[in-house]
This record gives sequence, structure tokens and C-alpha cells, in this order.
Amino acid sequence: MEWEIVIGLEVHVQLATQSKLFSGASTQFGAAPNTQACAIDLAMPGTLPVPNEEAFRFATMFGLAMNAEIGKRSVFERKNYFYPDLPKGYQTTQLAEPIVGPGKIEIHLEDGSSKTVRLHHAHLEEDAGKSLHEDFHGMSGIDLNRAGTPLIEIVSEPDMRSAAEAVAYLKKIHSIVTYLGISDGDMSQGSMRCDANVSVRLKGEEKLGTRTELKNINSFRFVERAIKVEAERQIDILEDGGSIAQETRLYDADKNETRSMRSKEVANDYRYFPCPDLLPVVLTDDYVEKLRGELPELPDAKSARFQSDYGLSAYDAEQLTQERALADYFETAARSSGEAKLAANWITGELAALLNREELSIAQSPVSAEQLAGLIARIKDNTISSKIAKQVFEAIANGEGDADTVIEKRGLKQVSDTGAIEKMVDDVIAASGAQVENYRNADEAKRPKMMGYFVGQIMKASKGQANPQLINQILKKKLDELL
Amino acid sequence: MAVDEQTVEKLAELARIAISEETIEEVSSRLGDVLQLVDQLQSVNTEGVSPMAHPLDEVQVLRSDTVTEADQREDFLALAPQTEEGLYLVPKVID
Repeated sequence: MEWEIVIGLEVHVQLATQSKLFSGASTQFGAAPNTQACAIDLAMPGTLPVPNEEAFRFATMFGLAMNAEIGKRSVFERKNYFYPDLPKGYQTTQLAEPIVGPGKIEIHLEDGSSKTVRLHHAHLEEDAGKSLHEDFHGMSGIDLNRAGTPLIEIVSEPDMRSAAEAVAYLKKIHSIVTYLGISDGDMSQGSMRCDANVSVRLKGEEKLGTRTELKNINSFRFVERAIKVEAERQIDILEDGGSIAQETRLYDADKNETRSMRSKEVANDYRYFPCPDLLPVVLTDDYVEKLRGELPELPDAKSARFQSDYGLSAYDAEQLTQERALADYFETAARSSGEAKLAANWITGELAALLNREELSIAQSPVSAEQLAGLIARIKDNTISSKIAKQVFEAIANGEGDADTVIEKRGLKQVSDTGAIEKMVDDVIAASGAQVENYRNADEAKRPKMMGYFVGQIMKASKGQANPQLINQILKKKLDELL
Repeated sequence: MAVDEQTVEKLAELARIAISEETIEEVSSRLGDVLQLVDQLQSVNTEGVSPMAHPLDEVQVLRSDTVTEADQREDFLALAPQTEEGLYLVPKVID
């Protein structure tokens, strides 16, 4: 039997506003508990919410970036449930008339293929506080700093068919919200959180299987693992003749398994109704069109431009445009060095490895785009070889200054002096009687390969600083003279 | 339209309201009266009428994104029955 996995994602993105969705309390991360929870956030009697215009601006920008319909009239509703981190006893959210309607985006997969994922809708809502369960003598501690922070909940259609597609979708959302600057997208701090609806069905079957909802998966890697392990669990049950219970499950990363979260509780019934404290929010056509005109260049457009303007491969362009800061870095390095392909290679190669090793973001890179451009310029004008360039790169990363300083200080300038290289070639040929003999006796076709030995010896003698093109040229000439 | 006792119990649980055995019958009949009124409303033909989000025919005014609230944590904590290290303490909740 061949099974098909069907996945829909609900992604919560914290909007990077200064103040909360309905109050003037700060949203800054990391403050002492409850110092940013005001009377409105605490649901004190007599308080009234007033919505934050920036949250609407951000949500509208997101909708435009997702090619979605914008809800020019949107309505807040109350979603009723009881939990101590939700002081009002309801979450103010949107349901029937959300700010962002249906849309669609392209996702790009590792194998180079693309696919369209449909957006069901996205709505504005407030975040809840945090519950801490340790060390309070059997009680829970409640921090309401996060309560009231604006979120957009982005709901996809069940269009994804593998964990890899779900990750690609999530990365695309991450890329879009950070390009727009409407969220920092930091999953480790909870600025972006993901719930996955997962079901399986036999390939060719039209009807969707019963789904489970995986809650709060907080990294790209866990999204992939959680979906895989949940799909396997469902397939095992179905192949054994069982059936899937529609329920909410939690992914345990340590055990790499999912488990049921709510067993005996009454099925959720949120009893939504329009919030009487808030009037419908109306956005004008002018307002929406003005925002459309102000949208920055988005990842797909940038990727296409990098391919046409800089001649990058689709793969490289894709890699370099996932993050806006990385794309800017590339563009600076490409422009100031005039060598786009070399810049792309260095960024996706040496620089990516360095950042990965040191666990740094591109913004924290110890080698600036200008410094990298300076290094590339020295490779281009043959001052240093690519091999020596790696050494110079490490030195720049260690704070030894820019490329010219390092090359000067360490005396790494490539030897392009023909006389000096001729002498090194002569010395190596003189010291390698056996190899020269072999070379002379070898087939014409095998000789180019046999030159490698001599090149290696000469490079060694020059401490890697001899110009490789010159070595090859002179060596070939001298060896051929011996034939 | 009557509301059966099971429905009353479920609603009470959802609303976290305790309803005693003795009052359950009365509550059930009162809710039934409310639903009867709703039934009357339902009989009106509303074809072509869009649902009303708010009785006022106005649109929401938005505020600018500025921090206007000062930290008043100590005043608010003083109102709570139990606090520790700046946190409000509640009976243990774990999902």
C-alpha cells in the first residue's frame, strides 16, 4: 500500500510592533515578569481595548506579499476558553471576517522543483501570557508580559504532501515576514510558532483522512521530524486495521514521538461571537494600494533578478535570497568586487561554513561584505591564488584587518615573477629524475595528469605563493623540451 | 424549546460556573425561554441581510503604535491572592 501524507500548517507570527495589539504596554522581549502587563492586558474591570494601527499595517503588508485578498472590513471576535495565562477568559481574534483572505505562494524544494501552496486566510489576534510550572510549591507562576502581543495566524490549505514541503513552506513564510520587517521571525524566542495538521490516505484516494493537530513545534528541524514520526504512527495504526482519533498531540523532541495532549476533556467549544468592545476595522482602497506600492523586493523577485543580473544559478540565487540580510551582503560583495559568481561561491562556501561553525548570523559575520569584496579583487588580479585566499579569509575573520593588510603583513603576495618561477621549476625537475623519466616514457594522453606531481612540488617550494597558471605554462614548456 | 440537563451541565463546565443539583431544573427552563425568543427571531426572513458585527454603525478608530503604559507591577501584584518573584501564582495547570 502506498500512503500519501497530507499536511496543513497554522503558523503564528509575532508582529514587531512597539506596543501591544490593544494596549500601550511594551512588547519588548526579556523584561522582568509582569512589568509589561498593564490594566488592559490583565483584564481589569472597566478597561477597553483600542487596536494598534501598526498591527493592521503589518498584517496588510503580509497579505499583499502572499498575493491574498485584503479584508478591507475586518471584525474581532471572542474565542472563549479558560486558562490562567489568558486573563479575560477569551482571546480576541478574528474568524468570519479576517484581515487577510485566500492567497497563494510558491515554495521551493531541495531538488529544485517548485510548488504552489494555497493560503486559506490569515487573521490578527492577541498572544497569551506564559505559565511556569517549576518551583512554586506545587503552584504555577504566571507572567503576562506576552499577553496582548499582536500575532498573525497564517492558515494554509492542506496542500503539502511531505515533511520537506512543510519545512519549505515554513521557510518561505519566515523569509517573507523578515523581508517585510514585520517580525524578527526568531523561532527560538517564540516569535514564530507552528502547529501542523497531519493526516494520511492511500495514494489516489480523494477523501482526506482523519487528522491530528501537532502543537507548538518550535524549529524547522522539529517540524520535519514531528510530521514524519506522526505520519508513521498513523500509517502503523491504519495498516493494523485501526482508526485515527481526531485529537491534539504534542511532539516530544527528546523521545522523537508524539503523544495525546487532551484525553478526557470536553471537546473544545470556543463559542465565538463578535467582540462588543470593538467596532469593525475598515481599510480604504487608497491605504491598501499605498502599502502595495511600498512593499520591498520579495525573495522570489530578488532570486529572479540575481539570476538575470548576476548570472547566478537558480540554486545559488535561491540560497542567497532566503534571508534579506544575506541577499544584501551578497549584493554589496558582488557590486564592489565586480565578480558576482566568485562572491556567491565564497558566501555559500567559506562564509557559510564559518558562520555555521561559530553559530553566527550573517549580521554578526566577522568578515564584512566589503572585506570579502576586497579579498575577491585580489584573487581576480592574481595577487593571491584561491588557495592562499582561504588563509587570508581566516585571517580577516580573526580580525587581522582587510585582505590587503593581511597579504602585506604575512607576505602572501603571489609570485608572478617568471624568472623566480623558472628557477623553482628547474630545481624541481633536477631533483626528480625518476618522475621525469616516467613522464618522458608515458603516453601523450597521460602526461597532463603526471604534471600534477611537479606542480605540487613547486607549490610546496613556493609555500603556495607561486602563480599556478604560470607554473603550468613554464613547467609544460620545460618538460616538453626534455622529450 | 427545552434544554436538557446534560446540555446545561456541559454549558456550565464550559463557562466554569457551578450549578447545583437543585437549581439545574430552573436553569434549564430559563435557558429554554431564551431559546424560544431566539426561535421567534429565527422566523424572520433575513435573506440578503449581512450579519451585524456591532449595533453602532461606526468604524473602529485605531491608535498609533507607541508605548504609553508605565510599569505598575507592584500595584497589580498587591491585588493578587498569591505572588512570588513578580509572578502571579495559581493552582498548578499543566496540559
